[in-house]
Amino acid sequence: MRISVQREDFDLNAEVGRISGGGKVGAVASFVGLVRDVPMTLEHYAGMTEREIAKIAEQASERWKLTDVTVIHRYGELRPADQIVLVAVASAHRGEAFAACEFIMDYLKTRAPFWKKEHRAGAADWVEAKASDDAAAERWTGTGKKPKGQGSR
Amino acid sequence: MRVRLLFFASLREQLGTSGGEVELPPEVTTVAALREHLMQRGGAYSTAFGGKALVRAAVNQDMVQPSARIKAGDEVAFFPPVTGG
Repeated sequence: MRISVQREDFDLNAEVGRISGGGKVGAVASFVGLVRDVPMTLEHYAGMTEREIAKIAEQASERWKLTDVTVIHRYGELRPADQIVLVAVASAHRGEAFAACEFIMDYLKTRAPFWKKEHRAGAADWVEAKASDDAAAERWTGTGKKPKGQGSR
Repeated sequence: MRVRLLFFASLREQLGTSGGEVELPPEVTTVAALREHLMQRGGAYSTAFGGKALVRAAVNQDMVQPSARIKAGDEVAFFPPVTGG
């Protein structure tokens, strides 16, 4: 498992390559979150952030049979189209990789201590948390391994 | 007892501080009581920690409920709902 909270950008191909070896991996699911049209500053709680993300990745590893997990989340100043977050999950089969990748992303959005501040002309505003993000994480709390519905991203 | 307070994001800006060491009266033993105690400071604190404010808390870097207990030397962080990802 690799967890990194960093200012620097990341290379999707390199990260996927890193968890694809060993001959046991049949599927790698990856998710990359991008900045839309507004520049932003991402603040985080150093120390807790890494711990929370590791806990989420461990929960996913207990729930599904995974070969490896990588989560990279950036902080600091980010511009439109910049990469913000990467979740990459390696498994023997696609079902587990897809599900675990989405699970990690849904929990990351509601539990990892990051805060976005958007910079528009002449104003900077903190982004408000969305109820739909809580709902997206909540749907994993049932007993089944499949989510109950689709949340927005 | 003494604890280390941390404030993040909009809460940090509202209060004009990222936190620091504070001495707490003996009756403040939970996160909820600490929130109430901070609210009593008045001014920006009464708005930031008032009943309607959505404030999350972590003790020693673990997200906790308001009923969580705090002890001397703890790092107690308050922040708005998270918006990463």
